[in-house]
Amino acid sequence: MVQSASKLSVDEKRRRMVIGTMRRNGYTPDALIETLHTVQSAFGYLDDTSLHFVARELHLPLSKVYGVATFYHAFTLKPEGHHRCVICLGTACYIKGSQSILQAVTKDYHITPGETTEDGELSLLTARCLGSCSLAPAAILDENVVGNLTPERALTELEGLTKS
Amino acid sequence: MIHQIQALTPDDLPRIAEAEKAADNAFEHTIHVCAAAGCLSQHSDQVQQQLEHSIQDYGLTYCRVKGVGCMGLCSAGPLVSVRPEGTLYRSVTPHDALAIIESLSGEQVDRLVCPTNRPFFTQQTRIVLANSGEIDPERLEDYIAVGGYQQLANVLNDLTPGQVVDQISRSGLRGRGGAGYPTGLKWATVAKASGSRKFVICNADEGDPGAFMDRSVLESDPHRVLEGMTIAAYAIGASEGYIYIRAEYPLAIKRLHAAIRQAERAKLLGNGILGTSFSLNLNIRLGAGAFVCGEETALIASIEGKRGQPRPRPPFPAESGLWNAPTLINNVETFANIAPIIANGPEWFAAIGTERSKGTKVFALAGKIVNTGLIEVPMGTSLRTIINEIGEGIPDGHRFKAVQTGGPSGGCIPADYLDTPVDYESLTSMGSIMGSGGMIVMDEYSCMVDVARYFMEFCMSESCGKCVPCRVGTVEMYELLSRIVQGRASMEDMEMLLELCEMVKATSLCGLGQSAPNPVLSTVRYFKDEYVAHIANHICTAGQCQFESPTQEVQ
Repeated sequence: MVQSASKLSVDEKRRRMVIGTMRRNGYTPDALIETLHTVQSAFGYLDDTSLHFVARELHLPLSKVYGVATFYHAFTLKPEGHHRCVICLGTACYIKGSQSILQAVTKDYHITPGETTEDGELSLLTARCLGSCSLAPAAILDENVVGNLTPERALTELEGLTKS
Repeated sequence: MIHQIQALTPDDLPRIAEAEKAADNAFEHTIHVCAAAGCLSQHSDQVQQQLEHSIQDYGLTYCRVKGVGCMGLCSAGPLVSVRPEGTLYRSVTPHDALAIIESLSGEQVDRLVCPTNRPFFTQQTRIVLANSGEIDPERLEDYIAVGGYQQLANVLNDLTPGQVVDQISRSGLRGRGGAGYPTGLKWATVAKASGSRKFVICNADEGDPGAFMDRSVLESDPHRVLEGMTIAAYAIGASEGYIYIRAEYPLAIKRLHAAIRQAERAKLLGNGILGTSFSLNLNIRLGAGAFVCGEETALIASIEGKRGQPRPRPPFPAESGLWNAPTLINNVETFANIAPIIANGPEWFAAIGTERSKGTKVFALAGKIVNTGLIEVPMGTSLRTIINEIGEGIPDGHRFKAVQTGGPSGGCIPADYLDTPVDYESLTSMGSIMGSGGMIVMDEYSCMVDVARYFMEFCMSESCGKCVPCRVGTVEMYELLSRIVQGRASMEDMEMLLELCEMVKATSLCGLGQSAPNPVLSTVRYFKDEYVAHIANHICTAGQCQFESPTQEVQ
């Protein structure tokens, strides 16, 4: 299938960001994690093509690249939905009832942490600690930290998010 | 202005400080707005914008607005402080900006005032946090104005590396990352190690849930950490360094990048620092969400671009670390203590705290407590002072049940031990650890068995999988704890749990596994009746655990 010119240029731009990171780090094998961070921020996730590309450029076996990509929680091999909801499960949030928020979202959207709704609208994630303990229980909706959540408020906020 | 600062010599520092102070005195009022993550997530940036607009609208020339670091009382954010009066305003919204500007020539805005004559403010000793809330973390001049980089200049001019190590040793400073290893001893080991290439690493992989001290220090005063690292590099003979920071802290990363750029341009970092032959090149490495990377050898593996798995020690990183070169790894807060020690002398520092734990410690207070936020107290302060006075106790008339320190490697300390002084040894003797400084307060609605299970779940999923005791042991312990909270356990399960705890503690490869049983052991030690009530009577006194309904007997 022939890809449209605009699609190609977007991918090309992203690829150049990745190349930039590798070049800044002198194409050394220790640039792997930095490079994967760039791939993820450019493409939204670590796709197979990029993993192969990075392995080749940094002269690393694909198994090692895959090993690192799957070892660290920050990396994901699946594309995310349009919106993301990261529920903090840090100690302060846990003590203040983050479990009930997680349960409410899981039940309402029929997804478990790490999954995306079938329509690709919402990805549900959990975090070890956002460091926003004074706002516990807290979550990140897209880019914004929202605090002092209740299950009801979390669902209302999410509804506003996915309908916007 | 930043872009005017070019290569500095030691003589330039007092000159810049003077100029900054003169510029500051040109304003009658400076309004400080917290621009650290806690207040920013409550839109303090909009407050700052609105204040600036109001000043512009009124055409005021005698006051200005300054974005500063964390002021500590995060639960009352966004915080705004008016100088020189020192009036603190809490929960400020953009709509309040006008009232605050108008108050400058009249009465304070009573409805927003946050009294500062409370223990939260009066009982703290701020060394590490001295500049937090005072300076603009994004301006190098602000840091120089409060004496920043002066200690680096003094060290490079007047002290030999050996003398620097000696000063740190005599101060009694111990590592603030958790284990409390004497910092001077660590520096001396790396300084003595042979090798032409050495590294200095700042561990900013603050992984404990409920701990945000390092993030706040980096967001509020990044140059202080850079200065500490540079002094350390000089003392041990390193010319390359890394800051390993969690990718989850975008603001801290941004400010660190900016600070490194500024310092390099001013020749406070990079090649030929302050006109001497000493060089240090610093790089930032982003963590990728692995708790185990807080462990030194795992952190090193991660910087090398590998999976963050620890390796057996010895050899310790001090002898063979990053790319097998001698490597010094200290925590953010440890580095932040260096410049004040050099400035005031080791005796000054050693006079603060207890006999074996010197100086202060920054804690992140969170959980069921009125004042959540960041505090700094002298070592040896009692838990009661921290929780009841500084933290102002438990909200909603609830009762204190336990305080959790040290994150997943620590333990829960009950009410009976509230008068214990907080230092490395006494926390360890109570079955917990100092850890990096997270303090989570719990009331009677927290089930201790469930808390133990929560931390075990954490360790289970964060176990790197390299050694069997940790990889398999945490799974088995989690399963046993799950059985207890679900009412499926027997007393034999409890015995097996304790046996496993001892085994995992004794045989795991690194600190993660060795300390993973701590939350279980400490809750069993102080709250054994809760475990028994779950197992024998299917009762959760906190009312948290949902027990499976007993199977119906066939009649």
